[in-house]
Amino acid sequence: MTRQPDRGALLSVDDLVVQYRRPGAPPTRAVAGVSLEVRAGEVVGLVGESGCGKSTLARAVCGLTPSEEGSISFDGTPVRPLGVRRRDPALTSIQMVFQDPYGSLNPRRRVGAQIADGIRTAAGRGEDVDGATPEDLLTRVGLPADAATRYAQEFSGGQRQRIAIARALAARPRLLVADEPISALDASAQLHVARLMRSLAVESGAGLLFISHDLSVVRLIADRIAVMYLGQIVETGITAEVWDNPRHPYTQALLAAIPQPDGAGLLPAELPGDIPDPAAPPSGCRFHPRCPRAFDGCDREVPLLSDDGVACRLYPAAA
Amino acid sequence: MRLNLLRRLPRAWRRPLAVCGGLVAAGWLVVVLAAPLLAPHDPLAQDLPRLASPGAGHWFGTDELGRDVLSRVLYGARMSIPLALLLVTLSLLIGGLLGACAGFFGRWVDETVMRVADLVFAFPTVILAMVVAAALGASLENAVLAVLVVAWPSYARVTRGLVMGLRNREFVLSGRLLGFSAWHSLRVDVLPNVLGPLLVLATLDIGTATLLLSGLSFLGLGAKPPTAEWGAMVASGTQQFDMWWMGVFPGLAILTVVLAFNFLGDALRDALDPSTARTIGAEKERVA
Repeated sequence: MTRQPDRGALLSVDDLVVQYRRPGAPPTRAVAGVSLEVRAGEVVGLVGESGCGKSTLARAVCGLTPSEEGSISFDGTPVRPLGVRRRDPALTSIQMVFQDPYGSLNPRRRVGAQIADGIRTAAGRGEDVDGATPEDLLTRVGLPADAATRYAQEFSGGQRQRIAIARALAARPRLLVADEPISALDASAQLHVARLMRSLAVESGAGLLFISHDLSVVRLIADRIAVMYLGQIVETGITAEVWDNPRHPYTQALLAAIPQPDGAGLLPAELPGDIPDPAAPPSGCRFHPRCPRAFDGCDREVPLLSDDGVACRLYPAAA
Repeated sequence: MRLNLLRRLPRAWRRPLAVCGGLVAAGWLVVVLAAPLLAPHDPLAQDLPRLASPGAGHWFGTDELGRDVLSRVLYGARMSIPLALLLVTLSLLIGGLLGACAGFFGRWVDETVMRVADLVFAFPTVILAMVVAAALGASLENAVLAVLVVAWPSYARVTRGLVMGLRNREFVLSGRLLGFSAWHSLRVDVLPNVLGPLLVLATLDIGTATLLLSGLSFLGLGAKPPTAEWGAMVASGTQQFDMWWMGVFPGLAILTVVLAFNFLGDALRDALDPSTARTIGAEKERVA
C-alpha cells in the first residue's frame, strides 16, 4: 500500500479508512483501506454489491463523511470534511450527483434558480462564466430551456436527474462524483443518463467517478474499472481488460452473474452466502468464506492490491 | 410556494367546518379593527342600570358597575386576539429559530436547546405560566411573556424534528457542495421546506394562546380592572352567578375564537402535504 501516487492524478485517495460509529457496538469500517486515482478526462467505474462501501467512499471524496485514516487529495488540496463553514472554494471543483432524483432538488425553488447556484459557484472560484445561463445548461442535458421556470415536482425521475447533472455541471466541476445516478431510473432512461454523463464529463475535460452496481452500464462508459468488496478494492484495471479477463474470483463471479441473452439457457452463477457484516469482517482475505477458489491460508493472510491491480493470493506478485 | 398553497387550498376550504372557522375568525378580525364603530356604548362608562338582563338597548345585559357587556365583549377582542397573534408570532420565531439551530447544527446546540425545552415541558403549562406571571407581576404584558415562556418549546421540538429530517437530504447536501454556508443552506434549502407544517401549528396555537391569556386574566394575573378583557369578565361573572349573561357572553367569545382557529388550522393542515402535516398535528396534541 505504499505505491507512489500518480503525478497526473486529479483525485488521489490513499489508504482511506472510513468508520461509522454506533453506540454500544464496535465501529463499522465501511471503507477499509482504499487507494484509488482518477485522472482528468478519465471515467472510472466503481462497482460492487450494495453495502460494500461504494457510497461511503463517494461521500468521503466529497467531504460529506469524515475519514478515519488515510488521505484524499484533489489536485494537491487535501479534502477536509464539510462543517459549519462554507466549503473550501478549491474543493467546489468536485461536484456530486446523487442516487435519488426525487430528493436531490429543492421542491420549493425553481429549477433555474438551483442551476444558477452552480453558475455562481463557478464564478466565485474566479472562472469566466460570462453568458452561462441555466437555460443553456438545461439544453446541454437535453431538456427544454423553459424548464428553468418550473419546479422539480413537474418532472420525471430521469428529467430530474438531468437537472441535477445540469446543476453540478454549472459549477464547472473538474471531478464529477456520481453515486448510483442511474439505479433509481427506468431502464430506458438509465443508459441515456449514463452516456450523457460520460460525454459531458469528457467534453469538459473533467474526471468522472461513476459508482454503480450495474456492470453492463459501467462497461459501456468507464475507461477504468475498480471492483469493491466489503470496503476494499479487490481488482482494478482497464475496463476492457477486466471484462475480458477478470482475475479476482469475486470479479469473475460478478461478471458471471450478468444474465446473458445468448439463448443457451445458462443461469447466472451465484455466490454462496450473503455479503458479511462489515462490522465483523472475516479474517485474512475478506472474500474467502464465499470464494469458490479459496485455498489453505486464505483465512489468515491478507492479500494486498498488487501493482497490476488484483488483491488475491492466486496471483502472487511477480518478484 | 405561495402559489402552490393557493392552488391547493380550495378543496380543503370547501368543508363546512373550514368555512365556518374562516367566517368566524374573519368576523372577529373585523371586530378587532372596528370595535369603536360597532360597540353601542363606551366599554368603561358606568352609566347604565346595574345588572340589567339582556334586552333592547343592551343586548348582552350590563354588569355590576352598569357597563354594557356587549361593548365590553367587542372591545375585549382588541385585547385577546392581537395579543394571541403577537404571542404565536413570537413563539414561532423564537421556537422555530432555536429548533432549527438545534436540528441543523446538532451536538451541543441541540443538547442545550432541547434540554431547556424538556425542562419547560416537564411543568404543567398553566402552572408554569402562572408562576412566571406571578413572579413578574400581574399585567397583560407579563402574561404574554409568561405564555411565551411555555409556548416556544413545542415550536422548537417540531422544527428540530423537521430540520433533522431535511438536513441530510440530497438537495441540502448539493447546496453545501456548491459552497453554501450553513446559514445560507438553512435559509434557502431548509427553512422554506418546514414553513408549511409550522404555519399549521401556529394557526392551531392561536386558539390555545387566547385561552391561556384569558386564563391568566381570569386568575387575576393578566389584565387589570377596568380593562375590558374576556378572562377578567368571566371572573367577575363568577361573582354574580345568577346574572348568567356576565360570564356567558365573554366565555362564548373565547369559545368561538378557539374553535375558529382550530378549524382553520385543521383546514390548513389538510391543504398542505397531508402526510407530514398530520403527524405535526398529532405531535402538538401529544405535547398539549
